[in-house]
Formats: sequence, structure tokens, C-alpha cells
Amino acid sequence: MHEMSIAGSMLEAVRAESARHNAHVMAVGVKIGELSGVDSESLRFCFDALVQDTDLAPLALEIEHLPWRHRCRQCAHAFAVEDYRTECPQCGSPDTEMASGQELEFAYMEIEET
Amino acid sequence: MTRVPLERKVLSENDRLAADLRQGFERHGTWCVNLISSPGSGKTMLLERTLASFAPGRRVAVLTGDIQTDNDAQRLARYGFPVRQITTGGACHLDARMVTTALAEWQPDEIDLLLIENVGNLVCPSSYDLGEEARVVLLSVTEGEDKPLKYPATFSRADLVVLNKVDLLPYVPFRMDLAREYIRRVQPDAEIVEVSCTTGAGLDIWRQWLDARAGVHAH
Repeated sequence: MHEMSIAGSMLEAVRAESARHNAHVMAVGVKIGELSGVDSESLRFCFDALVQDTDLAPLALEIEHLPWRHRCRQCAHAFAVEDYRTECPQCGSPDTEMASGQELEFAYMEIEET
Repeated sequence: MTRVPLERKVLSENDRLAADLRQGFERHGTWCVNLISSPGSGKTMLLERTLASFAPGRRVAVLTGDIQTDNDAQRLARYGFPVRQITTGGACHLDARMVTTALAEWQPDEIDLLLIENVGNLVCPSSYDLGEEARVVLLSVTEGEDKPLKYPATFSRADLVVLNKVDLLPYVPFRMDLAREYIRRVQPDAEIVEVSCTTGAGLDIWRQWLDARAGVHAH
């Protein structure tokens, strides 16, 4: 259950952006990979709990989920991993590497000038 | 309302501290390992066997993380190498700031190998870079061979997977071939070593893996 500390880190960044733009942050967009180790529901719960009744409210959390993808080292084909099948569906090679899925990144913030 | 693009990691502050740590390790020739597993997989036992196998002059140090108690530090301190307990007081993982603080009183250029035992947890430590050169994930055969599929975030970041407690294989329905296959699926590049900290089987291979990476300087 590290979502609370991740939500805390997100709010630190929100405060920094808010100060930098001298604006209220209305929404923060994040990208969460399937293999990030972060549970979106839990993150949302913690995020809302930390925001509630503070000067950060109202603040929306907008989550984009990124799928687990691999790329084939033999034929360069990129594909979504389903049911843990990491072998290349195009050429059958087991020699593939992760292309995405571990992300835990900010994408944007929506700000309103105050 | 204006949309401001913000392309950086959520844990960028942790990553910044981890990058500082990594730079320091490189400068001082320290090779750092982050050891992750569920509680009870045998991280502390593996470290005990590892420390016991080192010559007294070996420049090795250990940080061990737990939510409460310094039991692990007490166990590990018996081997005569510097050991420090990090008590997180509730946090389920170590982060780069805790490591930075714990290292403050040591002379970094006197450590060739830094072993960090993370809090026992197969989920939360995966997101936190500690500045390590290698991530080692332990899996014991009493846990079930599908752990890599259940916790892909952690296993997909492993450089080495240590399959521990292999002396218990006759007593548990653990299928080694499936375990290896599942590890390969989530992390095709992970090396795998089978060990028993009770009988000592495979520990020489683990030692070779460490010695090939961490400088061996007796002073």
C-alpha cells in the first residue's frame, strides 16, 4: 500500500506547479502502466483523501492506463502482452523485450489563473 | 482553463535522490544491490550466509529495512561488517531518501559492496529506485511458482532471481520448470540461480555472481 506516498508525491508536484504558474490546478493527468505496481483505485482513494478539505480542492485526478507491451528483438514487431504471452505473435521468437507498461508519469495539469 | 504538459515521472524527487546515490556509488566504486522479496523468503538468511562467506577484510556493508524492530540488524551484525537498520515506521518500502540518510555516517569510499535488504513486500518496493546497480528478487519454493505472474511489476525489474529454499522441493508441490518459465515471461533477461541457505547449495554461484560485479579489495 504505497499509493498514499505516491499520492503525496503527486500533490507536492501540484503545489509546485501551482506556485510556478500562480494558478489553481484543477486537474492532474497521469499515465499508469500495467506493470507500474500501482493500483489506480487505491491511488484515487488516497489522492482524494489527501486533497479533501485542503486548499488544493477542487482537484481532479485523470488516469490514462498504458498496456504492457513488448517488442521483438528479432523482427522488431511491437505487441500488447496478453495472458502473459511474451513471445512474438508475428515470428514466434521468445526473444522479446519490454516496450512499455512500467510508467508512472505525469502527463499534464489543467490550471486556472487566479 | 489551460493545459500544461508535464512530462516527468511522478516519483521524480525519489529518482533525483537515487541518481545522486548512483553517481556517488560510481565515484567511490561501490556496487549496490537492492534485495526484494515477500516476507519470509529468506533475504536475511541469504545475507547471513553471504556475510559469513566473506573474508574479514571484505569491504561490504548492509542496510536492512523493516517496518519495526532491529532484529535483522542484530542478526546481521554478528558477522563483523557494518550493518545499519532502517526502521520505516509503517512505510512498506525503502526510498532513496531513507538510504541517503542511512549512509550519511559511513565513508562511501570504504565500501565496495553495499547490500540493501528492502522491506519484505513484493509490490511497493518495485516503484522506488534506491540507486542500485542491480535488483535481486528472491522467491522461495514454499511460496508457489506463479509469484512472478502475480507480481509482474517486481519481477519485471529483476536482474537476478534467487530461487531459495530448494532443499524443501521434495516436500512442496513447487514446479521449478514453471517458475523459470514464468520468470522468463515477465523478465526475459533475468538471470536465475537456485539456492538453499540451509544446505548451502547454489550459494557458490550466488557468490560468483556478486564477486564478478563488486570489486574485491582487501585492505
